[in-house]
Amino acid sequence: MRPVGELLVGHPFFAGLDEEIIRELEGCARNVHVHAGEHLFREGEDADSFFVVRKGRVALDVHMPDRGHMVIATVEAGDVVGWSWFVPPYRWFFDARAVGEVSAVSVDATCLRDKCEADPALGYALMQRVAQVMYQRLQATRVRLLDVYGADHAG
Amino acid sequence: MPAESGTTLLPPAPAGDPMVPRPVRVESVRRETRDTVTMDLRALDGEGLVFAPGQFTMLQAFGVGEVPISISGDPARPDLLTHTVRDVGGVTGSLCRVEPGDLLGVRGAFGRGWGVEDGRGGDVVVVAGGIGLAPLRPVVLAVLAERAAYGRVSVLYGARSPAEMLFTDELDTWTAAGLDVHVIVDVADRSWTGRVGVVTELLPDAAFDPDRTLGLVCGPELMMRYAAAALTDRGVEPGRVRVSVERNMRCGIGLCGHCQLRGHLVCVDGPVFELDRIGPLLTVREL
Repeated sequence: MRPVGELLVGHPFFAGLDEEIIRELEGCARNVHVHAGEHLFREGEDADSFFVVRKGRVALDVHMPDRGHMVIATVEAGDVVGWSWFVPPYRWFFDARAVGEVSAVSVDATCLRDKCEADPALGYALMQRVAQVMYQRLQATRVRLLDVYGADHAG
Repeated sequence: MPAESGTTLLPPAPAGDPMVPRPVRVESVRRETRDTVTMDLRALDGEGLVFAPGQFTMLQAFGVGEVPISISGDPARPDLLTHTVRDVGGVTGSLCRVEPGDLLGVRGAFGRGWGVEDGRGGDVVVVAGGIGLAPLRPVVLAVLAERAAYGRVSVLYGARSPAEMLFTDELDTWTAAGLDVHVIVDVADRSWTGRVGVVTELLPDAAFDPDRTLGLVCGPELMMRYAAAALTDRGVEPGRVRVSVERNMRCGIGLCGHCQLRGHLVCVDGPVFELDRIGPLLTVREL
């Protein structure tokens, strides 16, 4: 099995980070495999880690009493699952479920937050990347709020 | 209501008069989604309707009205005119209720198409949203008819939900025929194992050389703006990105001016435009 640090270096989320920073992150990370249908985390649980997806697809879903579980986004290999670890109260807002077999690097949030506090350069580098993920998902969510496919287009 | 089968007293259309509808008979109807059907039509005069992918006709439900509808059929089959219609009002509602044997009227084909042949020798990226896949289906069929003439061909399709996807029985066929097909929906339940998000999220999955790529985009205008921008962000020249614009088309031949978009008459100058010609107008308010 490849060392966790090597997996992080090759992941788009960490592209451009100095090796020194990657080595710092490595101490907080571990390789995980999640089977289809299993959860990476569930709504309401403490956001004590986040996941760097290497292979597979993760669905973020929420249970609605009248509609059952609705998938509100999917996350693919090359992306990350979760930013609640970064923002108080550090609690998951949705379920994250493996659609198929998923390989990921799980990063311990408390460990990482401590390192970010101690090393502003690391904190800023991570903040930039998390902000990018949040920005992209916010824009996508805004577009979907408009329900553009529901408009009156006849064909 | 559409004219019933057997009421064939309609006069033949004067040859070459684009304002007089040709009577066509509904040959078959397929329900795509809860509000959308695809119908195959055959001209009563037995003559085919030659069209280019991206063109539209003015489709008439006799006694109800006429609407512009993109052609969704195979350009290699001019004997069979195929339209995919969504029920969004009186005329389209009537069209969506046709049955085999009913008669409709057709004027056209009108307008400027996708010019998919400009993509020969290079890569093609098709980005469709919702019913926007219908005007692009002829592109896909044209590419498949001469697959070797094109490089990598990606079809990126976004829909509101899995139940509202069009041509679901064909998407796997297109993949098997060598196209790179990706699908994403706005929202789904757990039975859906595909992607959930917006169609632009699919673009990183598409492999293409921006310098030799033709991008063809069709869907709601907002989605087209973002998808076209995503293509140019990837390096595709705006002149090689084409979008299909929907406006209030009535005559279909550039006479009435209902579909004017500043200096363009969409029915004759479009509906397909290069992004560098039309892009700035898509963000002008109240235009």
